[in-house]
Amino acid sequence: MMKKSLKIWAASALSLTLMAGSALADITIGVTIPTTGPGAALGIPLKNSIELWPTEIAGEKLKVIILDDAGDPSAATTNARRFANDDKVDVLMGSALTPAAIGAAGVAAEVGVPHFAISPVPPQVAKGKWSFVLPQYSTVLAKRMFARMQKDGVKRVSFIGFADSYGQQWVDELTKTGKDFGLEVVADERYARADTSVSGQVLKALAAKPDAVFIGASGTGAALPQIGVRERGFTGPVYVVSGAVTFEFLRIAGKAVENTIFSSGPVMVAEDQADDSPTKAEGLAYLKAYEGKFGPNTRTQFGSHVWDAMVILQKAVPVALKTAKPGTQEFRDALRDAIESSGPYNATHGVFQFTPEDHYGLDERGAVLLTAKDGKFMMLKD
Amino acid sequence: MDATIATFLIQDGLTNGAIYALLGLAIVLVFAVTRVIFIPQGEFVAYGALTLAILDTGQVPATPKLLLCFGAVAFLLDLWSWRRSFAMRDLVKNIALNLGLPLAIYGAVLYLAPLQLPSFIRALIAVSIIAPMGLYVYRIAYRPLADASVLVLLITSVGVHLAMLGLGLIFFGPEGLRAAPLHDGSFTLGPLLVTAQSVLIYLMTILIMVGLYFFFEKTLLGKALRATAVNRLGAQLVGVRTQLTGSTAFVLAATIAAISGVLLGPITTIYYDTGFLIGLKGFVAAILGGMGSFPITAIAAIGVGMVESFASFFASNYKEIIVFGLIVPVLIWLSLGANHHEED
Repeated sequence: MMKKSLKIWAASALSLTLMAGSALADITIGVTIPTTGPGAALGIPLKNSIELWPTEIAGEKLKVIILDDAGDPSAATTNARRFANDDKVDVLMGSALTPAAIGAAGVAAEVGVPHFAISPVPPQVAKGKWSFVLPQYSTVLAKRMFARMQKDGVKRVSFIGFADSYGQQWVDELTKTGKDFGLEVVADERYARADTSVSGQVLKALAAKPDAVFIGASGTGAALPQIGVRERGFTGPVYVVSGAVTFEFLRIAGKAVENTIFSSGPVMVAEDQADDSPTKAEGLAYLKAYEGKFGPNTRTQFGSHVWDAMVILQKAVPVALKTAKPGTQEFRDALRDAIESSGPYNATHGVFQFTPEDHYGLDERGAVLLTAKDGKFMMLKD
Repeated sequence: MDATIATFLIQDGLTNGAIYALLGLAIVLVFAVTRVIFIPQGEFVAYGALTLAILDTGQVPATPKLLLCFGAVAFLLDLWSWRRSFAMRDLVKNIALNLGLPLAIYGAVLYLAPLQLPSFIRALIAVSIIAPMGLYVYRIAYRPLADASVLVLLITSVGVHLAMLGLGLIFFGPEGLRAAPLHDGSFTLGPLLVTAQSVLIYLMTILIMVGLYFFFEKTLLGKALRATAVNRLGAQLVGVRTQLTGSTAFVLAATIAAISGVLLGPITTIYYDTGFLIGLKGFVAAILGGMGSFPITAIAAIGVGMVESFASFFASNYKEIIVFGLIVPVLIWLSLGANHHEED
């Protein structure tokens, strides 16, 4: 009771100062990401990338608060609530795993804070007024990949992927979107990241006599089936989704990964892009900053999503500042509108063009195809 | 499905089953002697595999440093209980065991890691880094609670598991690693391609089982462990030092786990958190063996490996459900047979 009345006092005192026009000048950004737990491989590069953020935007100092949610939706929701109620953030970001990102989006919609999801949340969430999505929705990546598969003459596809929402998302793309590209799924095999063997799944997938194998897994976890199908003597093409585009994957899969085709965000190969590519400048800037700080070949696609968020904010914040001061609901309203209207944003992962109907923002420029040669990723020209 | 696929699956099931057998045996061993359900088992497996993977690259892994920290904490705890006796001999022993041993291992690793030694020696180094951790984990977490109920010990195990999991993330990072095979060779047996690594796994499993048999049957310490397992209080009354048997059981379990990790590291990608699930499957085998019988646990572990292998072929989506579902009928069967008594 005591605490509550204190809060009311504090709130009214705050609103008085706001009315006096001397608002808290800092722009506060709250980020909830999984730096521990199953999403740590995403959360840690994100945290590193946040260290590369500028200290101010348009003369306003940035105050960044990072909390760990371990990929847990309820922890992400609690973090988001803390940001909204205690820290009065102007921008909310997170989380990197879809269920946790949905939780944070719910809070953003409830309290009215511009929110960037660092995970491809499903369309019903992206439809919300306050949430914007940074990573490519799987369809953007899938279409690019499927077009290539069609060109390679692939018809029968065996799927091997994670037995979770990530694997499910890709098998859904393969069955629904893939149909338009003449693809037929002849085997749907699942495994868990912690499995010690995928021999059974590989045997079943190859017994279906596929033209190609499609791997829907992320990080080094994708190495197991990649090595498995080559060990069993499969010589056809192997296609791997963007989540596995990491140098750790290449290191572990070794020789088995030669000639495999990956879909990816363009940031992994910023150097290979044509000079007139809209994603080249930011991509190079990000890679220079990140690998300059954390060492060569440490780049990931995951980390650069928050760099993209900063690209967007640097353009939208000056617009919003014209109508209101940071720390007020008016500013948050203005910022949300500005994010929607100030595009296009040339970022590392593509060109964002948000509209009231589309909070994904990315088009086909947000996807490239890669192949692996000698432990390095190379862009495939198509 | 034809005969070729079936033989592949059987081979795969055998390889995994052999690893689960090792882990199951260690769980039964620890439970029988100390009544601890050894959940952190999986972390020792992961530490072993990841340490080997880092040694492969010629770098110094973080685990020796962790060993130093564990030793230092154990030293302080021993120092605290030493205030009762003040005997010089105890102090010397404390310093040698808790500070000297980890320092020696740390120094040796620092010297040996960059030398690019043969893979077997690297595996040996990895095991000798991880094995003493069992000793310190027992000293730090379990010995002060040696007389607590099974439930308290179980909760302690969960705590130790979570702590080691977090340390694993800090020291090894979030991405998985894969070690180089201990032996690169392979040969064909009919349609089967048998890798030297899998032969090594079978050999090690048999060797450890035979070794454990002789340890328990022929050595005084082994007999003391068995006596503790049969009746803790009785063993104490006839002069068995149950603290010694407890730490022996933990060192044995950590050694077996580290060996499993070293064997497993080259055939799959190991993450800092992979060990838990692998350990759980050893646990399933241990439950199928009634948490008491070594031979039944070993056979059950091979069965778990087989079921897993065939389930991953026929219904990969339901594989874990099938494997863990195995324990339900066994628990029903055991509950029918047992006369129900309250938790002691």
